[in-house]
Amino acid sequence: MSARPSLPVSLVLGGALVAALTAAALLSLVWTPHPFAAIDVANRFQGPSADHWLGTDQLGRDMVSQLMAGARTSVAIAFVAVVLGGAIGTALGLLASAVGGIVEDAVMRLADFSFAFPALLFAIMLAAVFGPSLANAIVAIAFINIPVFARVSRAAANQVWTREFTLASQVAGRGGFAITVDHILPNIAAPVIVQATIEFAVAILAEAALSYLGLGVQPPAASWGRMLSEAQTLLYLAPQLAIYPGLCIVAAVLGFNLLGDGLRDITDPRLSRRP
Amino acid sequence: MVLFLAKRTVGLLATLLAVSIVVFLVMNVLPGDPVLVILGIDSTPDAQAALREQLGLNAPLLERYVSWIAGVLRGDFGTSHSFGVPVAGLIAERLPLTLSLALSATLLTVVLALALGVFAASNHRKAGDWGVMTLSQLGIAVPAFWLSMLLVLLFAVRLRWLPPGGFPGWSDPAAALRALVLPTVALALVQAAVLARVTRSSMLEVLRLDFTRTALATGLSRGRVLWRHVLPNALVPVVTIVGMQFANVVTGTIVIENVFYLPGLGRLIFQAISNRDLMTVQALVLLFAAIVVTANFVVDILYVLIDPRLRGRLA
Repeated sequence: MSARPSLPVSLVLGGALVAALTAAALLSLVWTPHPFAAIDVANRFQGPSADHWLGTDQLGRDMVSQLMAGARTSVAIAFVAVVLGGAIGTALGLLASAVGGIVEDAVMRLADFSFAFPALLFAIMLAAVFGPSLANAIVAIAFINIPVFARVSRAAANQVWTREFTLASQVAGRGGFAITVDHILPNIAAPVIVQATIEFAVAILAEAALSYLGLGVQPPAASWGRMLSEAQTLLYLAPQLAIYPGLCIVAAVLGFNLLGDGLRDITDPRLSRRP
Repeated sequence: MVLFLAKRTVGLLATLLAVSIVVFLVMNVLPGDPVLVILGIDSTPDAQAALREQLGLNAPLLERYVSWIAGVLRGDFGTSHSFGVPVAGLIAERLPLTLSLALSATLLTVVLALALGVFAASNHRKAGDWGVMTLSQLGIAVPAFWLSMLLVLLFAVRLRWLPPGGFPGWSDPAAALRALVLPTVALALVQAAVLARVTRSSMLEVLRLDFTRTALATGLSRGRVLWRHVLPNALVPVVTIVGMQFANVVTGTIVIENVFYLPGLGRLIFQAISNRDLMTVQALVLLFAAIVVTANFVVDILYVLIDPRLRGRLA
């Protein structure tokens, strides 16, 4: 290996895709080519033109504007769900690692158990009780993140607890909470951030599927998944409507997955020699 | 081995019990009122009281759980509020379709993934490896429901080889199979992308071991060494992932059945949600979660069958 290893391709490519997605989402807050929900039935099913770069849909809504607003929805939901689930999960993992014994067993058993409920099943239960809504989708996606982060942070924290500086802190009489905040948390940040990046991809896929099924974002808000479910009824008439939102989902998920892989490669030197 | 099986079986039963409690609690304790959800907030108190009585919501929670779970154990999942027939009957009608779809998709996943994984590993650091890995990275990012739409566009709308959706029933097996081709492929391609990666990296680990070199040195052909010596030893991580993927495929059928308008359990769950049919949703969520848990249990057992070294450690 050279003295100064170049950045992994996955990091650069993933970073670029994620940057483009985030930029589109942020830009949509202040500007889209047209108002994304503006209906213009006279101009429906238009092909690409100078005015509508990717054409218009069955209600004459501008495709590019809807895709940008959809990016905002995707990023916002993924962000809230991953931060929420990640914070709870990481706190549980740190607690399990710091206390050990029965608490650790209980947290890990709960994490195992919660894998019995994929996000879709959880969202279905919530939708049956409360009616379908965006909040249900976020709760369901956040929920599946909790066990993932609990496992990752516990495994990483257990390693840090055996290091000399943590032992020294313990000998100096510092409590478990103080050591966790001062020493454990900073040292497990890398694997937790890598996991968060990958979970972003999972969350974007989950949001798309839930919105496609009508269990997530409700009209008139824009969502790639919902655009696809509308396009499905028009597959014979306007197949192009089914293409762009899908490509956006693939690009976003691919971006976060590649970024996660790349971050893992540069933060975990043990993996850099992997096949 | 017997001790190991007994321990795992007790664990499975405990998990299933816990699953049933969670499903019941979520559906019955969360602050949503099913009666208001079904009838709307401007319904009369009399109608609300009558429905509450009909749904058995007046009994204490524990009593309701015990009577529900006792019924489930006898195969009685209660009566569907919207269909007006026993939920068990609804499930029995639709289960064969969902199970055929899940099993055929899992089978196709394994076949595709082993072929691609072995191919990639044997072409390590060559174009073939790179191609498979790129395809797999893309495949992981594609939502199965969008892939389904693309398949419909190509094979149903353009080429007209296969039906775009719907299910003709089992009485015409050829038509039934044709209706299942696209859903199976859509479910399997995405899962195969993940499994091919796992197969490849597990193969590469084993390829580095001494016995592989010895087998090659004795003059066995490269193909024979790959399939007969390396692959069986690389299967343990593959089997774990297949178990998890079977669970993914089963919940994936919920989405895919809705894409292709297939009358399976996944369609039923959505009809039940839009009809606010809580008894049916509750039964179906329990069933799906039970399938996921049982799949993991089967993987644990398969592990030990595949790798006898684990027997001593786990028992």
